[in-house]
Amino acid sequence: MTPIIEARGLTKRFGDVEALAGLDLVAESGRITALLGPNGAGKTTFVSAVATLVRPDAGELRVAGIDVAGDPRRVRQVIGLAGQFASVEPAMTGRENLQLVARLFGLDRRAARAAADDVLDRLGLAEAGDRLVRTYSGGMRRRLDLGASLVGRPRLLLLDEPTTGLDPRSRRELWDAIRGLVADGVDVLLTTQYLEEADNLARHVVIMDHGRVIDAGTPDELKDRAGRDVIDVRPRAAGDLPAVEEILASVSDDTPQSDINTQRASVSVDTGADKLTLVVQKLHDQRISLDDVGVRRPSLDEVFLALTGQALAPSGNDHDDHDDHDDRDHGDTAAA
Amino acid sequence: MSTTTTTIGPTTDTQPAALVSATGAGFATATVQSARRTFLQYLRTPQLLVLPTITGAMFLFIFRYVFGGAIDTGHGVDYVDFLVPGFLLTTILWTGMNAPAGVAEDAASGVHDRFRSLPIPRAAVVAGRSLADGALTSWTLFVNALLGFAVGFRTHGDVAAVVAAFGLMLVATYVFSWVFLTLGLVGGNAQAAQGISTLIVVPFTFLSSAYVPVGSMPGWLQPFAEHQPITVMVNAVRSLMLGGTQAAGVGHTTGYWVVLSFVWCAGILAVFSGLAVARFARTR
Repeated sequence: MTPIIEARGLTKRFGDVEALAGLDLVAESGRITALLGPNGAGKTTFVSAVATLVRPDAGELRVAGIDVAGDPRRVRQVIGLAGQFASVEPAMTGRENLQLVARLFGLDRRAARAAADDVLDRLGLAEAGDRLVRTYSGGMRRRLDLGASLVGRPRLLLLDEPTTGLDPRSRRELWDAIRGLVADGVDVLLTTQYLEEADNLARHVVIMDHGRVIDAGTPDELKDRAGRDVIDVRPRAAGDLPAVEEILASVSDDTPQSDINTQRASVSVDTGADKLTLVVQKLHDQRISLDDVGVRRPSLDEVFLALTGQALAPSGNDHDDHDDHDDRDHGDTAAA
Repeated sequence: MSTTTTTIGPTTDTQPAALVSATGAGFATATVQSARRTFLQYLRTPQLLVLPTITGAMFLFIFRYVFGGAIDTGHGVDYVDFLVPGFLLTTILWTGMNAPAGVAEDAASGVHDRFRSLPIPRAAVVAGRSLADGALTSWTLFVNALLGFAVGFRTHGDVAAVVAAFGLMLVATYVFSWVFLTLGLVGGNAQAAQGISTLIVVPFTFLSSAYVPVGSMPGWLQPFAEHQPITVMVNAVRSLMLGGTQAAGVGHTTGYWVVLSFVWCAGILAVFSGLAVARFARTR
């Protein structure tokens, strides 16, 4: 089965910023692929290239076997794009918005209406379908935007940071919708800064930074590769943190991390369960009372740190992503 | 792997891999859909239409009643008759000036990106927008014409000439919609687009024969004021509506000004439609 996306050696420069620096990526059909990376990693540039909005300076790019540079119009027939901002028209109803896009895909009036109804149903927007979008909540707008990228029955859905700025509940609703799509046979490429999102949705995660792929695999594979088990301790009293750190340092050759805000200390170890017993014994000996203690697999945050040496943005925060649409051409200085 | 085109049905299709390859709309459909979107935007956001009309009325009022008494048209024509043709022609610019902000917003917010990722001719998106903008400005032109008559304007040309004057203004409306579209596309964001538009519209409307005779301006302003396209078009409209170039206070013949106006329109249209399409359709 042809991979849905094949990218080889993609490079792209905007002014003196190298947005893509030799990117290689293969996304297989039948699963969600997540592109994970910090601001400026080049995720949006890559999605734009797949969506035929940006032409790479060099390299090969194919969507469903179609050469993007050679036949962009055919590529546009099989993709659906939902960019970073919900680009639906507030002065039109949900249904009208979907019908508009369906008509642009070449469906006649009746087929467009049917497609719009179908998508509204699938995304739980049927009741709100005849209301103006300006009355929708943020989460509903995003879902409608997702719907707009679906009406043309694309083979590949491109979602650029789909849940940025959404509250946790809307985020989960959108995740459910996205998962439902894959079950229906649509391939999905999504970009995200939210580790939770990549972890939750994708079977294939590609970690990207500075315009190239750092590592790729399933979330579990990546965690295996980049990390060891981690022992996590939360003492009841914040004042005990230093003592906890010392204990943790004694069972590992790694430096313990501690966070005063969450009142947790952790350290990576080689034999998780055994070291845990040791740690618990020592904590008991020193009469430190605990709120929580346990051993866990590394988070993608730790994977990223291990692979790239820098931390990713904290996951799930109200992250102001307005500086993220940096690849758009507002003048010629684009910091990708 | 073959792709089949099926009619869209519910997801309980027996062919779950209904991976339809949609062919995409043609130029006409895409243009209409694009125009429709802009139309609905304006019709359902009343302030977008109402505010320019009100400010236009205020403008007319100020010039007709406040300044009018002090302005000497130089050849015995009532100021109201002198003013209104100029006022109407420049309405095209003052109203058209509202479009760039919306266009810039669309560009910045991903609407244009979505359109560009669709299997449609990219030029159709801007063609549709200019049609809608042109139509909406024409509506304001019509309302302002009524206002002009309400404050005392009377035509002195024959009916055919007056109709021709409106015809010329409608053509100019369409032509200038492309200019504002282009400004919106290169503006980058709504404020910048608005700012650039103002910087352009103000000199072209005021340093023209629209509100005062060019002859009344200082000598160093006259070369620009005399030859710029707005003056040419105002002269044409005024001559047509007032029954001749003498009534309009200019030389040459009515035909001269009309032909020159169309030449300017053709040139402006060619340049700006080309720029707009190139800018919108480009793949970076």
